[in-house]
Amino acid sequence: MKPVPFLTVVMGKPWLWSFLAALLIWIATVAFNGGQGAGSLLSGALSFSAFFVIVGIGQMFVITTGPGNIDLSIPANIALSGAIGMKLMDSQAGLIWLGVLGVMGAGVLIGCANYALIRLLRIPPIIATLSASFLLQSMAIAYGRSVRIQPPDIFYQFCTGHILGVPYLAISVVLLAVVMGYVLTRSVYGRWTIAIGQNARAAELAGGRVNLIRFATYVLSALFASVCGLLLAGFSGGASLSMGEEYLLASIAVVVIGGSSVAGGFSNVPGIWGAALFLYLLVSMLNTFGTSAGVRLILTGLIIIAVITAVSGRKSARPA
Amino acid sequence: MNASTSLPLKGAPVKAPGLNRARLLRSALPGGSLTVLLITIFIMQPRAMSYMGMNLMLNLAVPIALATIAQMLIITVNDLDLSMGSFISFVACVAATLLNQHPLLGCLVLLGCIAVYALLGALIHLRNLPSIVVTLGMSFIWMGGAVLLLPAPGGSAPQWLQSLVRIKTPFLPFAIIVCVVLAIAVHVFLMRSTLGVVLRGAGGNPLAIAKAGWSLLRIKVTMYALAGTFGVFSGLFLVGLTTSADASIALRYTLLSIAGVILGGGEFVGGRVSPTGAVLGALTLVLAGSLLSFMRVSPDWQIGAQGAILILVLALRTSVNRLEARPT
Repeated sequence: MKPVPFLTVVMGKPWLWSFLAALLIWIATVAFNGGQGAGSLLSGALSFSAFFVIVGIGQMFVITTGPGNIDLSIPANIALSGAIGMKLMDSQAGLIWLGVLGVMGAGVLIGCANYALIRLLRIPPIIATLSASFLLQSMAIAYGRSVRIQPPDIFYQFCTGHILGVPYLAISVVLLAVVMGYVLTRSVYGRWTIAIGQNARAAELAGGRVNLIRFATYVLSALFASVCGLLLAGFSGGASLSMGEEYLLASIAVVVIGGSSVAGGFSNVPGIWGAALFLYLLVSMLNTFGTSAGVRLILTGLIIIAVITAVSGRKSARPA
Repeated sequence: MNASTSLPLKGAPVKAPGLNRARLLRSALPGGSLTVLLITIFIMQPRAMSYMGMNLMLNLAVPIALATIAQMLIITVNDLDLSMGSFISFVACVAATLLNQHPLLGCLVLLGCIAVYALLGALIHLRNLPSIVVTLGMSFIWMGGAVLLLPAPGGSAPQWLQSLVRIKTPFLPFAIIVCVVLAIAVHVFLMRSTLGVVLRGAGGNPLAIAKAGWSLLRIKVTMYALAGTFGVFSGLFLVGLTTSADASIALRYTLLSIAGVILGGGEFVGGRVSPTGAVLGALTLVLAGSLLSFMRVSPDWQIGAQGAILILVLALRTSVNRLEARPT
């Protein structure tokens, strides 16, 4: 089997697929609408995808560190952080700094707690983050019980506003993705993360501080999830308990669809953006086609399974 | 665990009594935590120590125990099913609608569910897919199906199902009998039978099992189909108790079932599971909820308490493992 040169380029960059799929779906939706609302659809897609991307990047770093590593505490973390942020800001523009700091602090603490469970109790990360998420969820319920607090006006405008149709949020998250892409592929930390994912034992023998790197990775993931919770609360005009629910699947799905290996060790950041756009556009396409909620769910599930099946076929074809 | 006890150590004297003690402690952990929990409940609320009280407390435990067994079968072959909760919700919706109105069609759909699970096992094995992602995708499909069947909460369970789960057995509540029978049956099948050893071996050392001439594909398909079957039972039992269903009726079962397996001494890799432990673990999680309501703890903290119990038991197990690892 000798693929033509063009194909080799595409195969070498698995993230191109997700952008291609997103583009196709966008075209299909716009064509269905007769060219109406193409811009606003894209603008909306950028806004909503930004949230997927933030948590997706954190989850990707965790998944990169190797099989079994996954952060299941993201939804509970988002709910709790949103509540903390809104409470600290108390709808006052002067307190935004406190809210941001508080949420980031909470994120770091949650990450530390997650890793402490993994390390001290020597339990698989799935169970550690799962039990942590039980606790976080309760805290979010108990803490966020009070009336819905509006975000400060400026914060709300930052989260929902856009310039020339491009949301501020999307611009910030694109910048974040560029930075994190650089961190993953060029920085010492990112290189070690990938090395651990490919072979933890070898990385350790080569002098990698495996525990420290994994610790940093779980903190990073929790931090990103917290920030996502804060922004999401700002975006939707207040925190709600269920706001993180869809992000468990979404965070894993964007990593997988984006072309990163679920087994760790092979990751890329751009694919997360492509996958996030793809997921959002898919749902809105099904919406415009007028499908019912049930059919939409079924199709989303089928597509995720189809993508993972297709992706794994490609993986096995590679020597890696 | 089991394999090491049945293999006689050749002539070697029992070299580490600490080892056996650790093993004993570890296997006593699930039962121990349940006993402590039960005693606390009885002290706080003596009236719970009656036929009625136990029945009330444990009735909803049966579907969770069944779900935990289903999850355990998947974990045995080193996979994880994140769609368990939505699958059981779907089954409940089928039972509350199709099974009631068109019994034959309902039965066919439920059999189809089991077939889907078998196919999943085949797909995951043949393409070497990560089960987490595949089942996460499946959870959307089951959810979608459930929403299509029951857009709003409602439906009603078939009469025979309702009366079946409400059987009044003498002396011991039906729920306890079901749990005991379930634990023993699965234990005998998985831990004592030849087939069970092979099935667990597929999780412990797939290569060895394959070399010994067993088809890993058939093992995975069997395990997934069995898990689907127990999932169907769980959904049927649940809807028999609640009499009506909605699309999100059992969503929390996904996490509860995983927690139950781990509480019961199961491990994620290596085919190390314990059916009795899994049932005990499920009961522990359910009773923890009752205990909290007896203690008048706000329901906000119910989930948190389940997490805390999970962490506590895992901490205990870690210390037991350390005891084992210490050279004596």
